[in-house]
This record gives sequence, structure tokens and C-alpha cells, in this order.
Amino acid sequence: MSTTIASHSVETATGAAKTMVLNMGPQHPSTHGVLRILLELDGENIVKADPDIGYLHTGIEKSCEDKTYSQATTLTDRMDYLNPLGNNLVYALAVEKLLGLEIPKRAQYIRVMMAELQRISSHLVWLGTHALDLGAMSVFLYCFREREEILKIFERFAGQRMMTSYIRIGGLALDPPAGWREMVSRLLKMMPSRIGEYEALLTENRIWMARTKGVGVITAKDAVAYSMTGPTLRAAGLAYDNRKVFPYSSYDEFKFDVPTRTDSDCFGRYMIRVQEMRESLKIITQAMEKITDQGPIKAEAPGIIPPQREKMKTEMESLIYHFKIFTEGFSPAPGEAYVTVESPRGELGCFIASDGSPKPLRCHFRSPSFVNLQALPRILEGQIIADAVACIGTIDIVLGDVDR
Amino acid sequence: MAENANQNANAVVEHLRAWNSKAVEDVVEFRDETTIIVPHALLRVVAKECRDALQFDLLSDATCVDRFPIEPRFELNYHLTSIPKKQKIRLRTRVPGDHPYIDSLVPVWLGAGWLERELFDLMGIHFNDHPDMRRILLPEDWKGHPLRRDYPVEGFRDIPATYLPGLKKS
Repeated sequence: MSTTIASHSVETATGAAKTMVLNMGPQHPSTHGVLRILLELDGENIVKADPDIGYLHTGIEKSCEDKTYSQATTLTDRMDYLNPLGNNLVYALAVEKLLGLEIPKRAQYIRVMMAELQRISSHLVWLGTHALDLGAMSVFLYCFREREEILKIFERFAGQRMMTSYIRIGGLALDPPAGWREMVSRLLKMMPSRIGEYEALLTENRIWMARTKGVGVITAKDAVAYSMTGPTLRAAGLAYDNRKVFPYSSYDEFKFDVPTRTDSDCFGRYMIRVQEMRESLKIITQAMEKITDQGPIKAEAPGIIPPQREKMKTEMESLIYHFKIFTEGFSPAPGEAYVTVESPRGELGCFIASDGSPKPLRCHFRSPSFVNLQALPRILEGQIIADAVACIGTIDIVLGDVDR
Repeated sequence: MAENANQNANAVVEHLRAWNSKAVEDVVEFRDETTIIVPHALLRVVAKECRDALQFDLLSDATCVDRFPIEPRFELNYHLTSIPKKQKIRLRTRVPGDHPYIDSLVPVWLGAGWLERELFDLMGIHFNDHPDMRRILLPEDWKGHPLRRDYPVEGFRDIPATYLPGLKKS
């Protein structure tokens, strides 16, 4: 967070000698949280933009250093609050890599299914709020109607709608609840026509096209140079998706396409996300077939994974392990691990360094919103101020993820 | 798959060794991840070579581990990804605590800009030639660098200033 407000005397395109600095945010509704942007304007044209972040900084990385590995799981939920299961997943994968743990296939498939449900719900929030920013009120209501169904599924699985902490180190918190197949099937049956509804409202809508086509273009070369990932990079024509390129959690066993486009504008990014929702539905359908009704949801690793309640009451060792896990935690071997997953916003990475103690020496999250946001000045330069909202929207930032 | 990754990583190490005999100080293999330890002075040229000759076009992440009280205490990690070759590698270099300065990688990858600002803000590492070396997450009048290991988790609130000799200047 820093402030440098100054009105520069520069020679601008229209010949004006002075530019004006406009302070957009942090309370502006279309910045999706507390983003502040200092816009230097020449008339209506943006000459320079300087995002100012940090209003939501909670020091999660520092807090992780003071928690045991299993305690820190709950902190990860709070980073990207539209993608808590994805955050749980990347953290669990990083710790498992550090430990060298192998996770049962059934748990991996359930993880995939939950991550894809989360992707759909995150894209729904994005679509609804982005359309609202650009003046299409009704889409917001429809998107939140469907998102509610997904949150209900999460509530049945984890007992929580948003901060689920469902994916834990070594597996999952709980077995899937009774009747989960019916719930998910109902959603799968409903969603294709609902996505069609959103598209009917927007895709060929002339106002929508006028507001998004040709707006906020960034070339593939620039996007890569700025480390942009996710739908923004794919809309620029590069099929870079961690699920395909560096498969994790058995994603290589699933058949799905990575949609790409070449127009690289706000409209392209919108289309990519809509298509991604359809691809996610395909993955969920396949995952449901793969998930067996019976089977383990946790790895066999005494001393790391809490033992079953039943065993704790009958076996001495389990009782000791339970006590040790919750009093002092477990200690991975010294070393580092870096894992990346594809979050709805792009490449979400988790770097953990262990010094052999029960608490991480360093826990760093590479959040896609933070890295993608730094290209915003590049995208906004030369745009008119009315398009700034569309550009911010299609990068799809979550301020909890930016500031951590 | 893991063997393949190792072979590819070996090719990277060999290329760098052939390019400049001093470029690789050491190579660490842990959990199928390859870490190339690079001398402090050569970081930027090695990074440039990785980008241009070895197709590491995406800087995925830049992060730092504080090994306080071991000197040199800072361990800077750059995670590189090659989209065409589907490969990942980690460059590591050490930065001393009494003189935490290192060449910025912004001339190589523009994406390093904010990642390095974050390291400056939270770890207190200064990057030479960085175009915009300001704090990013914390207020600009903040004292100290919270992610350092000698900075308490609960912060310095309510502690009389006399107990904080290190913080009087900065």
C-alpha cells in the first residue's frame, strides 16, 4: 500500500498540458472488494494506472509459520474466498509432496469433483458480478440461484458452505454424505440449460458485445511476460492449463478440453469461462463414475493422519498417535516443495519449506489474482475510463487472494 | 514421468554448465524437483539464458526463505515454467542479511515486478534496477519486514521501544 498522488505536467495525445488523477476505489463496487486504482486521465483516456493493494492483507503466510501443518489448513480457506477447496487442495498437495504421501484414488477423484464444483461456483460469481458491473442485472440473480445449489452440496459434504476445509492433508475430512449422488446428478442435469440461459442473455446481446469486444486486449507475448495465467492467458491463444500440463490428483485420467481463443479481449475471456463451466461438468460426470461407494478417503500414514475414532478407543497406538498429532503435530523431512494447481483464476501455487520441525519454516502462496493484477496498468493504458470496469472484471480478481 | 522430468532437468543443468562453468554452484534434487543454485552475481544472466536458450518463458513465482540465524540468511527461489517444453525448474541464490541486495529480474520477466515488490515489502530484500521499488501490501510508513524470522508473529505492538534496538532506524 503506498500513495503517490501527483498531477504530472506531460504532453499528451490530445495536446493537453495537464492530466488529472482520479482515485478509483477502494470502496468502488466494481473493484470486487478493496482495490484502489490511481488513474491518470487525459480527458476520458487512461494514460497511466497504478493499482494500490494491501487493504485486505491478513498476514496468512506469517500465521502459517506459527501453526502446525494441519492447523494451517483452515487459514488457506480464507485466502481466495471464492475458491476455498482449491486453496485446501494446493496446500494439501504441497504438504503431501513434502511428506512423500500417496493418496487413495477414491479420495483423489472426490477432490477432483469438489475442485470442479468449486470452479463452476466461482465462475458463476464472476459472471454474475461482471455482468452486473456492465449493467446486466438479471444475470446476477440467475447465477447466484445456481451457485446456491452448489453451496448446498458443499454444506452436505463438509458442514460448511464456504470455508469448507474439506480437503485435508492426507485425504479428506469426511466420507461423502448419504444421497450425494442424487444432489450432484440433479445439478449436472440442470446446469447445461442454465448456462444456455446466461449465454442467451449475454453472448449475442448487442450492448454486451459493444462493451466487451475489442476491449482490454493483451497479446499472448505480453501476457506470458507478465506471468499471467488462467482464462486470461487462454483467451490470448495459449493452451496452458495446469490440469493438462502438470496433472495432479489424477487429472490425467479425465477427458476434457482446454478452451482457447485468439481474440484476447474481455469478450474472449468471458467465452473461455463459459466454456470452462461446460468442461467442468464433463469432468464431474466422469468423476462420479470413478468414485466408488466404499473405499478409503485417507492415506495410511500413522503419526500424520489422525486415526479413526473407532480405532482410538480400542487400540493403544492409535490413541498415542492421536494425542501426538494434536499436541505437537508431525515433522516432514527438511526440504522444499512447490506445487501448482489450476484455480478458477489461474495458476495457484504453494511453496513450503520445512526445517524438520512440526511448523513450516516458510509457507508461500503464489496467488493468481495477485500476479494477474500486475498486468492491469498494461491493459488499461489507452482505454477509456468507462472500459476500466470491464477490464478489471475480466481479470477476475479476488482481493482476499491478492492481499492474503 | 518422474524419470523424464529428471532427464530434462539434467539437460538444463548441463546446458548451463556448458554455457558458463561458474553458472551452477550446486544442484539439489528433492521430491522430483530440481533446484539449481546460482551464484549471487550471475542470477540475472543465468535467468536470461534460461528464458532465451531454454524456453523458460513463464516466471511462475518468486519467493524467499529466511534461514535466520544462519548466514547468508536469505534463500531466494525463482520458479520457472517452460510452457512449450512442459517443464519446471527452480533457481536459487543466497542473499546475505547484512547487505540484502540483488539484481532484479524485471528486465528478464516483467512479471517479476510485483513478486519482487512483495519480497521487498515483507522480507526486506532490495532489488537493483527494479523500476518501482515501493512497499506493496503494507502501508509505506510500516517499520520492519514482517516475514523475517526475527519479526514476532504478534508484531511489535505494546512493546516499549527500548526493547526494539533494531527497529529504531529503518
